[in-house]
Amino acid sequence: MMPQLLKSREAILLAAILALLAIIASRFPAYVEPGNLINVFNDTSTLIILAMGQMCVILTRCIDLSVAANVALTGMVVATLNTLMPGLPVVAILVVALVLGACLGAVNGLLVWKLQIPAIVVTLGTMTIFRGIVFLISDGKWINAHEMSAGFKDFPRMEIAGLPMLSWIAVLVVICFVVMINRTPLGRSFFAVGGNPNAAVYTGIDVGRTQFLAFTISGMMAGLTGYLWVSRFAVAYVDIAGGFELEVVAACVIGGISIAGGVGSVAGTLLGALFLGVIKNALPVVNISPFWQLAISGSAIIIAVAFNAQSSRTKGRVILKSAEHTA
Amino acid sequence: MTDATHHHVPDRLTTPLQRTLKSWETLLLAVAIAIFLVNSFASPYFLNAWNLSDATFNFTEKAMIAFAMALVIISGEIDLSVASIIALTSTAMGAAAEVGVGTPGIVLIGLAVGLACGAFNGALVTGLGLPSIVVTIGTMSLFRGISYIVLGDQAFTNYPASFAWFGQGYAFWVISIEFVFFILFAVIYGVVLHKTNFGRAVFSIGNNPVGALFSGIRVKRVKFILFLLTGLMAAFASVCLTSRLGSTRPSIAFGMELEVVTMVVLGGVNILGGSGSIPGVVIAAFVMGLVTFGLGLLNVPGIVMSIFIGLLLIGVIALPRVWKQLRQARS
Repeated sequence: MMPQLLKSREAILLAAILALLAIIASRFPAYVEPGNLINVFNDTSTLIILAMGQMCVILTRCIDLSVAANVALTGMVVATLNTLMPGLPVVAILVVALVLGACLGAVNGLLVWKLQIPAIVVTLGTMTIFRGIVFLISDGKWINAHEMSAGFKDFPRMEIAGLPMLSWIAVLVVICFVVMINRTPLGRSFFAVGGNPNAAVYTGIDVGRTQFLAFTISGMMAGLTGYLWVSRFAVAYVDIAGGFELEVVAACVIGGISIAGGVGSVAGTLLGALFLGVIKNALPVVNISPFWQLAISGSAIIIAVAFNAQSSRTKGRVILKSAEHTA
Repeated sequence: MTDATHHHVPDRLTTPLQRTLKSWETLLLAVAIAIFLVNSFASPYFLNAWNLSDATFNFTEKAMIAFAMALVIISGEIDLSVASIIALTSTAMGAAAEVGVGTPGIVLIGLAVGLACGAFNGALVTGLGLPSIVVTIGTMSLFRGISYIVLGDQAFTNYPASFAWFGQGYAFWVISIEFVFFILFAVIYGVVLHKTNFGRAVFSIGNNPVGALFSGIRVKRVKFILFLLTGLMAAFASVCLTSRLGSTRPSIAFGMELEVVTMVVLGGVNILGGSGSIPGVVIAAFVMGLVTFGLGLLNVPGIVMSIFIGLLLIGVIALPRVWKQLRQARS
């Protein structure tokens, strides 16, 4: 039990995060105070939510590069809606964000499912199309804090038991994904489709339909994040979350989701996102220029994926040796 | 079984003429001509030699990278770090120019950095056997990240006057130096891919890497060379772009990797590897250049143009598939 636990990728990642926190704490104890850790988690919440959706897509051997553009588009739509109808309750805004995001994800999914266009091509295309539509809707203008209603802006900041609503939503999303991935036929079919699409067909799983659902879920999470992002920063413009899709993919890869599909876990994805979040928030504290962040997350991706491949390779060798012995 | 012997077996399925007419390149050429005609009617400024010459700058740098990228994609890999290689090489060249290195030295340093970036990608993909999409998403952040560490919010602008030749010079009349390089590279890559053993190896690796290995192709070495070439071409594009802009910021060429991949896929290269052609990529470069230039003349903002590029990318791949499905449904 214990050696197995030590070998698991989640345990190693958790140890890495704790070690990172310990190193930072040795110089800057204020960083690990509960209040600040809550801030770090809150700041990472959007990444966690998006990474959960992306995880489903990558599990089915696809990739969704349009999530950040989806965030910008949904964010702009709900912000515009808010300026036109300031009285609209937050619940209605949330429903609009979730539905619109899911529809945008479904567009990706339909193109992958019905026309069998590779996911990377589809989402490269929709990524630029979605961003372009944001420009068409907004005419390139910003929607600023004073144009948004108080209820719209206050929702993600609302504190319940010391934790802001944004963090609670991330927690809720993670719980939903734990149940969905581990306890529902849909969740298991993601693994089946990614692990071996041919075998999945013979077990009665529609591969294309499963990929379609993964894209819809990813889009839905992007839509949710769209509202949260815009209300949290109290500004909506064309370029929000620019390039964030790569950080989302990075969180998944660091969390041990195999880009070849079929391998990964919710816990790993959560830890992958937290790992990036801890680093991102630590840089200003340890007085490293924020310009270092890009290079550091790039190195983290490369090291994570190299480490991943190395551990799976040694496993392969051991099996081969034992097979030779028995023969 | 006996029926089979009575079937007429054609010695070829389609005549060469039919094949040419039905090919992707012909379809793309028709699109390019249509766009050209629409543009000439839509704007009185379109049919002007100097304006058309300016339009070529929209695609020459991207197309140089697209040629190498086409080979990488045909071999079943992808390189998303090319735009970041441009940023890093441009930063290195800017730093060299800052300490007074002359134009030949600047260019050599740029090309060396590009080769080093390509070697780094290639080593990770072939040496450690990592998936190229993840590796190059990582190096994409890493390479541009190094530019940000060096430059921050600053810029390098002290390029010698002679350095402007690459991006601002003209060979004769309206033909720019960049356009000459574009044609030159198109010919070189066309010959390498379609007329040499190396090119055949690239196709066979893309179709079946294991089969290629067993037929004596050094798969890893070929892939490594392809990543080297992509790094080199990105560095060359960086020389042209930096020379044309006359300055280096860490955000230079941001997002260009997507336009390069779009160009390659639009050119008929299968994103899953195994097929594609350089003439296709050349025509795709013209299509993208003409679309952006024509829309620019009509005062369409750049971001709206990107909608057209995105629709073009998906539409061009989706339409033949929709057509095929409709035909299958009918029969």
